[in-house]
Amino acid sequence: MAKFNKKKSGDLPAISTASLPDIVFMLLFFFMVATTMRDTTLKIENKLPFADQIEKLDKKDLVMYIYIGKPQEAFQGKYGKESRIQLNDKFADLSEIKAFIASERASKREELVPFLTVALKVDQDANMGLVGDVKKELRKENALKINYTTKKGDVFANKKN
Amino acid sequence: MAKRSAPEVNAGSMADIAFLLLIFFLVTTTIETDTGLNRKLPPIDDQEVEPPVIKQKNIFTVLINGKNQLMVEDELMELKDLRKAAVEFLDNGGGVGEDGCTYCKGKKDPKSSDNPDKAIISLKNERETKYSVYISVQNELVAAYNQLRDRRAMELYGKTLKEMEANYADVNWIGNKETLKDKIEKIKLEYPQKLSEVQN
Repeated sequence: MAKFNKKKSGDLPAISTASLPDIVFMLLFFFMVATTMRDTTLKIENKLPFADQIEKLDKKDLVMYIYIGKPQEAFQGKYGKESRIQLNDKFADLSEIKAFIASERASKREELVPFLTVALKVDQDANMGLVGDVKKELRKENALKINYTTKKGDVFANKKN
Repeated sequence: MAKRSAPEVNAGSMADIAFLLLIFFLVTTTIETDTGLNRKLPPIDDQEVEPPVIKQKNIFTVLINGKNQLMVEDELMELKDLRKAAVEFLDNGGGVGEDGCTYCKGKKDPKSSDNPDKAIISLKNERETKYSVYISVQNELVAAYNQLRDRRAMELYGKTLKEMEANYADVNWIGNKETLKDKIEKIKLEYPQKLSEVQN
């Protein structure tokens, strides 16, 4: 009775992977839309603190970024564990802020220069001493619009000390 | 000749290609944070100008020391109480006559600030103060201003300042943007943000 031969039991039917590309493409598009290209490689630790009274920085091209934080582990041998300033892709001294601001201003159209904002991306464990020094330099350079970049969240989630 | 159907294209490696792209984007991009507290630094003036005399009662001193403790008006305070204390100080309206404040709802304590225009919050910190604590304090002080401004906006126009600003930025909003801007300016003038930052 060959007509009623049972199939061999035990071999599972193959799972169709035809929709796998669709799923992966969906993920891909999400990441393409929601993220931006890294323009600087961070050499410092940069865990931003939380705040809830925040405003959005709208004009992205009119922002200069100054990063402050402890050097990452790979750089600690050379630069120590104290907080450092990072401008563009390298560690910098306080005295280099002046040149940095000047070069950023020179790269923008003249009528846009007054709208330039300095975004201070400071690690939450940094001390205010260095931040205060940076602020003093910025005042000397007349770059008065600043923004303390923070993540959206509850301030009581910040580290107390 | 028999009709030949087009051969099926093998799409089995499509997933691999998509994964490759996905991993590339995961590695080279970051989710940027572009929000924060906007502040304006005071300009350095070289001229030897005598600073105007400010009455002690119009200054609200907030000091964060190197151990990240908070001292407000010479008393130790917890962070959670700061917002309320700042609101009470700003909204006091203890002035009389010309210095009076018609829209304040505070206690009218003559020992505290005259009116919101004269009230100045002075934020001092030491070099050892931790940045996260400093930001928390700044956030609470800005919150105090925002709370008062929102309250005033609700009274006058039935909307919070945030909604009004959102409307102003929204291109699809129907209404007169000029008057809306004047309204926003008026609220901001009634409770001006006078926050000075000093470092010891």
